[in-house]
Amino acid sequence: MAPATASLQLDAEGELHHLLSTEDLPRALIERILATADGFIAVGTREIKSVPLLRGRSVFNLFFENSTRTRTTFEIAAKRLSADVYNLNIAASSTAKGESLLDTIDNLTAMQADIFVVRHAQGGAPYLIARHLAPHVHVVNAGDGRHAHPTQALLDLYTIRHYKGAFAPLSVAIVGDILNSRVARSDLHALLAMGVTDLRAVGPLTLLPPGLEEMGVRVHTRLDAGIRDADVIIMLRLQNERMRGALLPSAQEYFANYGLTPQSLRHAKPDCIVMHPGPMNRGVEIDSTVADGPNSVILPQVSFGIAVRMAVLSMVASSPRPAAREAP
Amino acid sequence: MSALASLAIENARLIDPSTGRDAFANLYVADGRIAAIGAPPPGFVAQRSVDARGLIVAPGLVDLCARMREPGTEGALRGEMRAALAGGVTGVVCPPDTDPPLDEPGLVRMLRQRSREAAGARLYPLGALTAGLAGVALAEMHTLAQVGCVAFCQAGVLPANHATLLQALRYARTFDLAVWLQPVDASLVGDGVAGEGPVAARLGLPGICVAAETVALHVIFELQRAAGTRIHICRLSSAQGVELVRTAKREGLPVTADVSIPHVHLTDQDIGHYDTNCRLDPPLRAAADRAAIRRGLADGTIDAICSDHAPLSLEDKLLPFGEAAAGASGLETLLPLTLAWAREEGIDLARALAAVTSAPARILGEDTGTLEPGRKADLVIFDPHAAWTVQADTLLSSGKNSPFDGRTLSGRARWTLVGGEIRYEGAE
Repeated sequence: MAPATASLQLDAEGELHHLLSTEDLPRALIERILATADGFIAVGTREIKSVPLLRGRSVFNLFFENSTRTRTTFEIAAKRLSADVYNLNIAASSTAKGESLLDTIDNLTAMQADIFVVRHAQGGAPYLIARHLAPHVHVVNAGDGRHAHPTQALLDLYTIRHYKGAFAPLSVAIVGDILNSRVARSDLHALLAMGVTDLRAVGPLTLLPPGLEEMGVRVHTRLDAGIRDADVIIMLRLQNERMRGALLPSAQEYFANYGLTPQSLRHAKPDCIVMHPGPMNRGVEIDSTVADGPNSVILPQVSFGIAVRMAVLSMVASSPRPAAREAP
Repeated sequence: MSALASLAIENARLIDPSTGRDAFANLYVADGRIAAIGAPPPGFVAQRSVDARGLIVAPGLVDLCARMREPGTEGALRGEMRAALAGGVTGVVCPPDTDPPLDEPGLVRMLRQRSREAAGARLYPLGALTAGLAGVALAEMHTLAQVGCVAFCQAGVLPANHATLLQALRYARTFDLAVWLQPVDASLVGDGVAGEGPVAARLGLPGICVAAETVALHVIFELQRAAGTRIHICRLSSAQGVELVRTAKREGLPVTADVSIPHVHLTDQDIGHYDTNCRLDPPLRAAADRAAIRRGLADGTIDAICSDHAPLSLEDKLLPFGEAAAGASGLETLLPLTLAWAREEGIDLARALAAVTSAPARILGEDTGTLEPGRKADLVIFDPHAAWTVQADTLLSSGKNSPFDGRTLSGRARWTLVGGEIRYEGAE
């Protein structure tokens, strides 16, 4: 039984109504998002960095979990589209706060919100919101628990396409804390959708979720084998709190085994690009020489991220129709 | 509903899972008991007769786990009892995970009093195994048994301290009391909210590994070998768990086991995109686990099916999956879902109904779950072909949290009798 994400995030015409996940996002639609982002790249380099596409629309950045970087890039993207942007940081744990998630949404909808950009510590929170909303209001998932971070995956695709062109012949390795990473999940779905067949997940067994093979991902526990002849390496941020439990003994031992250094990078193709969703832990998952070196495309990722988020916001805003009925 | 001293049920198909009997005959009820089958007993005068043509008469369902929300929610029990009767359930075992937990005789007396007043299904309270269910000090098991607790249960998870569990088992054995345990190792559950596997991985939900169940089962059986206590294993969820119970039974350990009806029908795939009605405890697992559960039911490894009824409010479920409360409303769907399982597996009705009638009654040591003359007339008269669509908002239970919402099922109670009294009469 195939779960019906596609029908929840797409409208009856197959257009993007919400962006919840890269899973089940049709390849043609992903390509349209990337092409739309192409058009917005130029906007950022002009003297007047805005277009009037979302003039008069209200975008609420609703962050139940702290994030400076993602919130800021969404804010810049929405402002470049001339939207009115409101930032709400509700970073208290949702069980501790008095108001329920859906009550918060109802209140903000009553303030004529058009788009909610949501980050939440619980996987699936944007789905709950999307099912609850009036049909003319949209949700863009800015990261939910360990589940998904679809705009990050789309900007990763944009970056890969920019440097490598076609996806199908590429070898792509994602290295690090796959278990807890919403970026990794969204990247895997997006890369599979774009036809990448050599897709690898690299990390210690404590940080690899079961079921990766079923998705079509090759699992590696050794960094050198995992990135051998790779065209693209996506390094994941290692959260400090992983060291407090029994997942890893120390940052030093992690770096010794999985840190990307100039030496380990030699196993990849010479023109391999190195990506990172940020913020980086230099000396934990990545050596500074690599982060700042010729293979690194980490800063361009950030710039592309604004154009990709502009594309997503403008596309969901132009889907006036209600989302297609979700299959039972 | 009217109290009746005598009742004739005519033209019915009688199914007695305790004997395997499946035949057309009349059944006579007098003085709260089954008086006779076939010909009326001498001098029998029916004060009422029911034409059960096209219907099945079977022992009422005995549900080994149904939460009535009392103590905790004043007045909730009455509504849940109506749901039980509408579901053809005539006996409900209430776990002690109430608020406060059932660890004092006063609470048990009060609960039983409320149940008598509600005139619903028979209520069988499970006493807390440890005080406050805290897993530290023993509850007053003998006193609790004297006021009506049928067995003792550490709801939710095993005590963290194995020595406490061993002593609890020994103490229970002293008075020949049975202990019911959910095989859950809390440390292995951790922050998990869904069965570990590809679905949880895809949804980014913290997983609960199979070892959370199997480690607990190993602990239970080792301690049982030391203590000799009768143990009932509540709610298996995994293929490996079923296999461990099979091995324990083969060894001759005094053990019985149940499974909840959602686990007979659903898998983790049914979570779809975060359907919180599919957040259950234990979690739903893979199709292979569901298949193993069905094999376990077929070969008798698993004795009984329960509803694991947990009525929860909308506020408990309209939350992100990881924050939603675990549990499903199930009293009203236990019968049709048992029939659906029988149909899907090609199991004859007498054998299928045994899992919800005679087998659970035997686990309780009750003389119900049978159509034998002389026994308590706890009966359900149901139409096996009545099709109805589960609509959450029309459920009688206060819990509208059914993972089967929207499904069309077959089988609905027309009359439910407890102690010979018609306590529920449904629409034709």
